[in-house]
Amino acid sequence: MQRILNDPDNIVDEMLEGFVKTHGDIVKTTSHPRVIAAVSAPTEGKVGVVTGGGSGHKPAFIGYIGKNMCDAAAVGEICSSPTAQAFLEAFKAADGGAGVACLYGNYSGDNMNVKMAVKMAKKEGLTVKTVVANDDVASAPKETPEKRRGVAGEILMWKCGGAKAAKGGSLDEVIAAAQKAIDHTRSIGIGLSPCTLPAVGHPNFEIKDGTMEVGIGHHGEPGIEVCPLETAAQMAERMVNVVLPDYPFVEGDEVVVLVSGLGATPVMELYVLYNEVEKLLSARGIKIHRSYVGNYFTSLDMMGATLTVMKLDDELRELIDMDCYTMGLKQI
Amino acid sequence: MALKNENGRGIMLSMVDAIHENKQYLGDIDGLIGDGDHGMNMNKGFMTYKERLGDDEVSFTEGLDDLGMILLNEIGGSMGPIYGTIFMDMAEAAEDEEEITLEIFGNMLEAGLNGLYDIVDARPGDKTLVDTLEPCVRCIKEAAAAGTDFKEALLKMKEAAETGRDSTKDMVAKYGRSSRLGERSRGVLDAGATSCCIILTAMADGMIAAID
Repeated sequence: MQRILNDPDNIVDEMLEGFVKTHGDIVKTTSHPRVIAAVSAPTEGKVGVVTGGGSGHKPAFIGYIGKNMCDAAAVGEICSSPTAQAFLEAFKAADGGAGVACLYGNYSGDNMNVKMAVKMAKKEGLTVKTVVANDDVASAPKETPEKRRGVAGEILMWKCGGAKAAKGGSLDEVIAAAQKAIDHTRSIGIGLSPCTLPAVGHPNFEIKDGTMEVGIGHHGEPGIEVCPLETAAQMAERMVNVVLPDYPFVEGDEVVVLVSGLGATPVMELYVLYNEVEKLLSARGIKIHRSYVGNYFTSLDMMGATLTVMKLDDELRELIDMDCYTMGLKQI
Repeated sequence: MALKNENGRGIMLSMVDAIHENKQYLGDIDGLIGDGDHGMNMNKGFMTYKERLGDDEVSFTEGLDDLGMILLNEIGGSMGPIYGTIFMDMAEAAEDEEEITLEIFGNMLEAGLNGLYDIVDARPGDKTLVDTLEPCVRCIKEAAAAGTDFKEALLKMKEAAETGRDSTKDMVAKYGRSSRLGERSRGVLDAGATSCCIILTAMADGMIAAID
């Protein structure tokens, strides 16, 4: 393992220091070392939008703090949920008096810590409502959506929830918009190589040379199938064939497409993949309103990509199109 | 025969050292069907506790409470709230006691298990640390009712912990990250059940030494 590191146990804290130094026009530190907030937070009268999760997914989660997206984020250890205390402090940092929407991904640790934090917040008179992202179609069957993980679709949930809050939506309206966004979203990942936790020093799962894992999770959770490495066109077809029928997305639908790298795949290859995805969607009469290609939600140094598709309606189109200014997403 | 609550330091350090020694092993087990961070996060929390304890004496219940607070407030993940709740609820069940009898220890373990049940849906058979903890609670409660010698009961509890841990090997995970694997989780020990066995075994060893 050849990495840019000091003591691997301090990597999260040192990363946070560097991040705030770089993006001081967007974010600030708070009284809690594992909570980062927007420079403007809290905004009086606006619903606070909070997220949080384990580290190693840059730009997620702190990279989506900023104008018209999230107000604060709780930061965990690598691949490990933030503490309940950190979520609570993030709620407080985001609270402008109109309640807080906590929009996060479906992982057991995050569920437990958010649940405890919401209880603690209630005792302090702060109302927090939650939306749990579950866009990863490969992580559980369609019949058990409560078991599905949240992956890159979370970004579209933050985008829509954050925009709704910025437009003056009430807490219930923000929650409804974020829930609608994730309900209209489906994702799948393909992994080409495993990832290594810096403090562990070696990959903790295996993807053999010449193979790829379809449906892999953001922490290397095994997917639905291991198969020989394919061309970009074949990968795109495989991903599209899982994602489209699940929702289902059909001819005439207008969608947002997000192709995110998992960390170690060159961005060039992501555009090759997107090019194939676009051909497949166009051939099926699905109209792409907007697309995002890049390293939007990564898994340390894993090679591979996720494909996320969200179906738009008038409300979601307006929210997706709103301007925003964060480290991970800047839109005019 | 009873354990003086004030003699907690040796028990707590026995637990810390056991986790520290097994950091890599736990990470490797977790890596088979989880994400491989179990050993690292547990070690970080336990070592933080050891560092703060320094050379101080501590009672068993204070020690559990302090360790639980660190796991809950500083470590996070799944194991922070899970072990944090178990340790803090165990401590609360006996915080006013000067002497920990076998019966009181049974109540402590039971309080820990009930606290866990409040925050997770997992029950015996779901391939989680419940499969280690629950048989240990039963073992100590039964031993207390039967008037078993304290040390002998703790030795039995160590066996119950190992049997419980090993029982997870043939189970299919229903909760936590490995639950998404379904049948593919069979044949591998659950990392939480394994760390729980390590902790309870070290706790029993520390208690046996402290009873002398």
